[in-house]
Amino acid sequence: MSTQDSYVTEDGRTIGPTVMEMKNITLRFGGVKAITDISFDIREGEIRAIIGPNGAGKSSMLNVISGFYVPQEGEVWYKGAKRPPMRPYQVAQQGIARTFQNIALFEGMTVLDNVMTGRIRQMTTGLLGQAIWKGKAEREEVENREAVEKIIDFLEIQAIRKTPVGRLPYGLKKRVELARALAAEPSILLLDEPMAGMNVEEKEDMSRFILDMNDEFGTTIALIEHDMGVVMDLSDRVVVMDYGKKIGDGTPTEVRNNQAVIDAYLGVAHD
Amino acid sequence: MAQSSQAAGGLASIPALLQRNATLFADKDAYREKEFGIWQRWTWADTEKEIEALALGLINLGVAEGDFVAVIGRNRPYFYWSMVAAQCVGAVPVPVYNDSAADEMEYILGHCGAKYAIVQDQEQVDKIIDIQDNLHQFEHMIYIDPRGLRKYDHHALHEFSHIQNQGRAAYDEWITDLQERTAKLTYDSTCVMLYTSGTTGKPKGVVLSNRNVIESAKNSSEFDNLGAGEEILAYLPMAWVGDFIFSIGQAYWTGFCVNCPESPDTMMTDLREIGPTYYFAPPRVFETQLTSVTIRMEDAGPMKRRMFKHFMAHAKKVGGAILDGKPVGAMDKLKYKLGEFLVYGPLKDTLGFGRVRVGYTAGEAIGPEIFEFYRSLGINLKQLYGQTEATVFITAQPDGEVRADTVGVPSPDVEIKIADNGEIFYRSPGTFVEYYNNPESTASTKDAEGWVATGDAGFFEEDSGHLRIIDRAKDVGKMADGSMFAPKYVENKLKFYPDILEAVLFGNGKDRCVAFINIDLTAVGNWAERNNIAYASYQELAGHPKVLDSIREQVETVNKSVAADPMLAGCQIHRFLVLHKELDADDGEMTRTRKVRRVIVEDKFKDLIDALYSGASEVSTVTEVTYEDGRKGSISATLELRDAAVVSTAAKVAAE
Repeated sequence: MSTQDSYVTEDGRTIGPTVMEMKNITLRFGGVKAITDISFDIREGEIRAIIGPNGAGKSSMLNVISGFYVPQEGEVWYKGAKRPPMRPYQVAQQGIARTFQNIALFEGMTVLDNVMTGRIRQMTTGLLGQAIWKGKAEREEVENREAVEKIIDFLEIQAIRKTPVGRLPYGLKKRVELARALAAEPSILLLDEPMAGMNVEEKEDMSRFILDMNDEFGTTIALIEHDMGVVMDLSDRVVVMDYGKKIGDGTPTEVRNNQAVIDAYLGVAHD
Repeated sequence: MAQSSQAAGGLASIPALLQRNATLFADKDAYREKEFGIWQRWTWADTEKEIEALALGLINLGVAEGDFVAVIGRNRPYFYWSMVAAQCVGAVPVPVYNDSAADEMEYILGHCGAKYAIVQDQEQVDKIIDIQDNLHQFEHMIYIDPRGLRKYDHHALHEFSHIQNQGRAAYDEWITDLQERTAKLTYDSTCVMLYTSGTTGKPKGVVLSNRNVIESAKNSSEFDNLGAGEEILAYLPMAWVGDFIFSIGQAYWTGFCVNCPESPDTMMTDLREIGPTYYFAPPRVFETQLTSVTIRMEDAGPMKRRMFKHFMAHAKKVGGAILDGKPVGAMDKLKYKLGEFLVYGPLKDTLGFGRVRVGYTAGEAIGPEIFEFYRSLGINLKQLYGQTEATVFITAQPDGEVRADTVGVPSPDVEIKIADNGEIFYRSPGTFVEYYNNPESTASTKDAEGWVATGDAGFFEEDSGHLRIIDRAKDVGKMADGSMFAPKYVENKLKFYPDILEAVLFGNGKDRCVAFINIDLTAVGNWAERNNIAYASYQELAGHPKVLDSIREQVETVNKSVAADPMLAGCQIHRFLVLHKELDADDGEMTRTRKVRRVIVEDKFKDLIDALYSGASEVSTVTEVTYEDGRKGSISATLELRDAAVVSTAAKVAAE
């Protein structure tokens, strides 16, 4: 599959070339191997899921992509070039945005201000320029506010625009975090368990937003998720991990019929 | 009744008024909508251009004269333009409630044979695609919000802006045709067709002519001195006659500005930002606002709470009189001025009523306490009585003659007569043309002389000449002992309590009355939070013994007040229960304008009513519910039935 330049998804969308490729990644914490020799790619415009039982190494994988962990072995290729070890903020500057499993927002700031922080990459004026706020800084703020308002409209959070994040319920906070990540206009958006702790209705809303984001802005999305139903409905291709190893990779249908995956999820009799 | 066949100045249609406004008020704002956090504006000149482009696009799409165009969405300028554009090309706009379930929509679109629909977004598109197979005449759909629709088959699906662009591109080709079609419109052409929700039976399509709409708009604007400077917030359902008259009829007649909120959730913030001068709301909105004020005051500090209580008591005493221009003592006046500065002014501003010059409530009777609360703040809130078939206006209260228990004097050019059984009949230039494709209903409602039966019972007060409505004529009944049963009267008293959202009284033909109560989740939830009462669901909260205790106290207070009226003393509530679900339009228990469908509720919850009369202390029940997307489910519950103390009328007579 990785040899082709593009492929057509199960629902008939054409997916572009590879933007990110993980080559033989191994990550160790002391003697513990969190990830063992994993390779997979993420293609432009697709929704790529990483799934697996608890402790499979999914979050570690996401942290490798976002630059938080540097793997001991293996290479990360991004937009056709090998990525040297980087700090997370440098990775963010390259256009990879993420959300967190345990929401990491500025609780005391309003929704609008939180989402505005996502635009930091698009701002070029310095601290002093921002403080004086004349000419370029003002123009920039207006442009960025416009972009942010489109996202607020898109995610239907107009009513809480001026509400401090700390006063919001969990489901809405998740949405605000998504808005902030989206505001960065990322080329890859990493979502760490976007549906965790949500009820059925909130999950449906979130799924709709993820699909619409992909459809509307063409955002490439890589997500980790527990809820198998959601993953199978949402994603174009799925990587399955178990005990730090890759045990499956393919379309939802392929993965669903993969014996190793079935065993990992349902367990096998030890005899 | 002599009717002129043409209007003054040749302004015989909404498109004609649009042309006049585009010249007369060219640079004045006609529409504003908050989008992307900013109020976007369109002047009357812009509006004319937008509507023209859309109208040309509609002709280009194949819309013919006499076609029906369904308009389904929340209040946005695009939908108002859609309705006027449809009129320009000689088609008939049919606004439909955007929260209608698919089968209700299927009935309406099938009944009028709509060939086109202009809808808001994916949700509505999906709904119509679901029912399209049963609508053989249906051809094209136009949507405003493209989100999520990219991958849909676009053979018969078009984006609003594309239709406009196509219209602009085909300007030379179609402009003559468009001008000819618009010029053909007369005072007798159909202006709009509105489906009445109806508390019983299937919706009926009320056909209103340009005469109906323009004459009513003209008379009512003159009645309240409405001018081009008014600001209104359009937030009520577009399929409701009121919104059509205010946001199109009166707006086009006077040239005032229609403001559309950003989303239904931001309505209160937007209301505050706009500060409308002319405001319209059903009683429910005022009740909700009063509830939120009460809740917020309960959460406020003791100092603020005392100040609020003190000045509100003063406002209650003299506020209404000051508003009506009646003489009030100098000290009271001074204190009211201080209150205006400290309490009333800030409160009105928070509610968005700081600039309201004329406010109306209609649709249902409003609790006198609620009504007087707003009046006492200095808000000129008035009542009117109307219906779709009358193009709204039947009676209205003139300034200075406002009372909670009447609905005012006949509106200009409206004749009223009361039948022997108390039913109100009217005849006016606003009287509807017909029910579409339903001559039997037309004949049974409107007689040969043009008198229309309202279905409401009422009488004129001797001294003031104001009309008083008793109840829906068919709801008023008799108890087993022959005394009067007027459910609305009691229900309205109950609904005054912030905790009670809805109440339904039963007792027609029985020896005593029982009631269903719906709690208001906002108010009761807040109360529960403050009292450390944990609950996981609406159902659990509704069944909480402490909630039942507090509701019982409220029911008993209402009983005392009902007993004070000897005619209605029989309507006291002997037993009640708090329903485990909210009455909902999706389940058919209410109309889309949120009026209780008594017969359906009575039928659906028959087991509960029987249990109330049987004297049992609890009852188990399973209720079918319909979700917004049309799926069905069921909830089961065990409800506690409570007794309420009643004031014995016999004892009272003896004591007297």
